[in-house]
Amino acid sequence: MSKDIGKLLQKNKKHILEDWMTRQLADATLREDLMSNEELREQSNELLNALLKNITDHTIDTQSAAFDEVNEIISGISISRARQGFTPRETGIYVFSLKDALQKSLEGEIKNDPQLLYDSSIQVNKMMDDLGIMTFETFIKGREEVILRQTSEITEISTPVIQVWEGILALPIIGTLDSARTQVVMENLLQEIVETGSTIAILDISGVPAVDSLVAQHLIKTVAATRLMGAECIISGIRPEIAQTIVHLGIDLSNIVTKASLASALKYSFGLLQIQVKKSPNKV
Amino acid sequence: MKLVLNKDVMSIEKEQDVVPFRNRVKEYAVKIGMSLVNQTKLITAASELVRNMLKYGGGGVTIIEVISQGRDNGIRLVFQDKGPGIKDISLAMKDGYSSGKSLGIGLPGAKRLVNEFDIKSTLGEGTTVSIIKWKNG
Repeated sequence: MSKDIGKLLQKNKKHILEDWMTRQLADATLREDLMSNEELREQSNELLNALLKNITDHTIDTQSAAFDEVNEIISGISISRARQGFTPRETGIYVFSLKDALQKSLEGEIKNDPQLLYDSSIQVNKMMDDLGIMTFETFIKGREEVILRQTSEITEISTPVIQVWEGILALPIIGTLDSARTQVVMENLLQEIVETGSTIAILDISGVPAVDSLVAQHLIKTVAATRLMGAECIISGIRPEIAQTIVHLGIDLSNIVTKASLASALKYSFGLLQIQVKKSPNKV
Repeated sequence: MKLVLNKDVMSIEKEQDVVPFRNRVKEYAVKIGMSLVNQTKLITAASELVRNMLKYGGGGVTIIEVISQGRDNGIRLVFQDKGPGIKDISLAMKDGYSSGKSLGIGLPGAKRLVNEFDIKSTLGEGTTVSIIKWKNG
């Protein structure tokens, strides 16, 4: 961009700000409930200042270092607006209405040279489009962080270790067992074995939708680790279709005690611990 | 003559894509009325292959197709990656062989779980695996 344009815009800063504000206030998407007009003016002023300061000789490239300050302000605005409850569209319109204001100012100043007006308009447009995209990217990044946090929270809460009897732990696994999940399951289980001094752990996979070789490998590792701790590990909740699939797939679980249901696994554990469950003849 | 009735393309880039893909396969299997055992077999085979694609091929594209041949309906899944390719396919199809640290039953196991299994690989260009599970297969 030629030097003049930067200076030109700088000179008209006040007008541009006024024009931009008028446009924003006139727009139907104005959210007075979320942000007062004074705040909006302050925010707009800060952004415009940074922007015009950094439009110099050749730097219209929003990826350049000179634009870091502007990018930072834009990201800040986008994130704070996302938190305040603005929609991405409203934030987008906020940035794009500045484009209109800049355009208007250029139009007024360079009336006599269509070629220059055209060139500088293209450049200003491109710059503002980049900034608009930036607001969306930041907005989405903010959302993704929330999703990641929730994923880790779900992993945490969905692997409870339950003591079903003295010396017997049960661990119902729900959902898919991936590497990260297995790590959490294994840690919780081994820790609990130490704390309760249990000798039997039942892994219930009723809630695992599909057992492929990766899941099987994770199960085998968990069983091996449990045995190293001196406890026996039983896998329960193997549904008929899962059993058939495991056989076809060629996974060897013959070294592991497996049961169809948690109840039969519990019964088996009682046998190991030489506990008898009897029906009492008298009502308790 | 296999007729394609329905086609769906999904790209697999990260481990988080595995579960949605499996669910999509399940949806189609349920739609054509596949039995629970066959559904589970298909989904498990799909899971093996899609994990292979992620681990060795760095992700790729999957195609889910509902196909029909005569009176039989089925699901065809195609897994395409642009990874390094497989050097020795017959070795990779052997039980217990793994170039990684896994059990080495993914490929041969997947083959046993489905009705038709086809693998093509070119070194440096990528691997394409195509499987078919018939509704009553």
